[in-house]
Amino acid sequence: MANYSTSEFRSGMKVMLDGDPCSILDNEFVKPGKGQAFNRVKLRNLRTGRQWERTFKSGETLEGADVMDRVMEYLYADSEFWYFMESDTFEQYQADAAAIGDSHLWLKENETCDVTLYNGAPLSVAPPNFVELEIVETDPGLKGDTATGGTKPARLSTGAVVKVPLFISTGEVVRVDTRTGEYQSRASKS
Amino acid sequence: MHWQPAANLGAIRQRAALLATLRRFFAARDVLEVETPLLCSQGITDPQIEPFVLSQGAALTAPRFLQTSPEYAMKRVLAAFGEPIFQIARAFRNGELGARHNPEFSLLEWYRPGFDHHQLMDEVADLVQECLGARPLEKFSYRQLFLERLAIDPFTASIAELETLARRHLDPGDLTGDRDLWLDLLMSHVLEPALGDGCYCFIYDYPTSQAALARIVAAADVRVGQRFELYVDGVELANGYCELTDAAEQRRRFERDNAVRRERGLSERAVDEYLLAALEHGLPECSGVALGIDRLLMLATGASRIQDVLAFDWQRC
Repeated sequence: MANYSTSEFRSGMKVMLDGDPCSILDNEFVKPGKGQAFNRVKLRNLRTGRQWERTFKSGETLEGADVMDRVMEYLYADSEFWYFMESDTFEQYQADAAAIGDSHLWLKENETCDVTLYNGAPLSVAPPNFVELEIVETDPGLKGDTATGGTKPARLSTGAVVKVPLFISTGEVVRVDTRTGEYQSRASKS
Repeated sequence: MHWQPAANLGAIRQRAALLATLRRFFAARDVLEVETPLLCSQGITDPQIEPFVLSQGAALTAPRFLQTSPEYAMKRVLAAFGEPIFQIARAFRNGELGARHNPEFSLLEWYRPGFDHHQLMDEVADLVQECLGARPLEKFSYRQLFLERLAIDPFTASIAELETLARRHLDPGDLTGDRDLWLDLLMSHVLEPALGDGCYCFIYDYPTSQAALARIVAAADVRVGQRFELYVDGVELANGYCELTDAAEQRRRFERDNAVRRERGLSERAVDEYLLAALEHGLPECSGVALGIDRLLMLATGASRIQDVLAFDWQRC
């Protein structure tokens, strides 16, 4: 990969830092009139998700990281891997537990996800912002109770546990915001 | 392609009004406006500043440098005539590009024979009040500032202590450097953002290694460079000196700059013999200051990026 100098750093650029691929979020040139020039760079470590600021001497270089974002269809999982397919090339990829992280809680077969590839292998997987999943276990629904605003835990088909209103029953399909893990509504009937 | 100006008409009008205010300010004080060349045969030795070099042109017998500040030429005028002078000039610094830096920018620079740096700070405060309105003044020596805000003595702390402190506040990775690198990091990353919050904040009397062209004097138990900076809303706005007038000392500083350039693998630069000859002739005891006009306009308009106050910034010209 090419090397990039601090003056070339742009938001969205992927670089290698301390052995991990990182995404540049922001790059600020800092220079006292009579002092040394620095670049204060906001980064996200794409492996751990950690965001932080690193200061470089202006003119330092970093190696570019072979990182690509792809839209893929989630196929299935076995005991070790989660399998995804690029819909235009039909090429399949397997993601391990480290790459999946908590995303497995929201993966539904045939849904499209954003998969980040590093050196050709999945590095991280982002599910859609909203998914519709079936409730496999919750306390019996309280018929007609739509007003009190109470909630109860419900286990979804993926294993995720979300808080749902008291009137929701096992077997219903609910819409969940995957970024917060919060119940949104009953799924729209299809 | 952006053919349109980066600044809106309001900012362009405000620049015109600001320039008129500056000229009125100096006319009322009998400070003479001068113009000096932008394209000079001599560059500067400062290891932190890179000039643009012009090497093609029928009139050239040697490469010329776009001035990084009008300082040397103005000091030659001062040595010849001894009058208080000011200049509104373009200056150029290669590689300085960011939210507060444009490689081509406007400087207001002025010199006051007979003033020490404290008298000049008073005049800078008067000028800034006139442009940006009244605010309280704050003044700290560089040492006082570090002692009060970071509980460390910038003159006596070891490099290891400065580095440890800097690493508590920010992540410099595997950065290495001398004492001034850690001081610059602490100043620019930790202290500067809070300086001049609701006031005009002057910092003065710097470590001798950061004296630049300021006179160095003994103060209490340390020697200090009689340099000052003005900060407003976390923005470095002006840099001034009680000026060095000793030609031999000036030559030593140029040579020390070149030694630093050699250590860092930068090419050496010829020293400006014109300036040294003027100092030999005699520069009156004086203080001088340079103030960033674009940054002054940013503060006046509330712009957060220098591009917003330039008709055409670096990307559009």
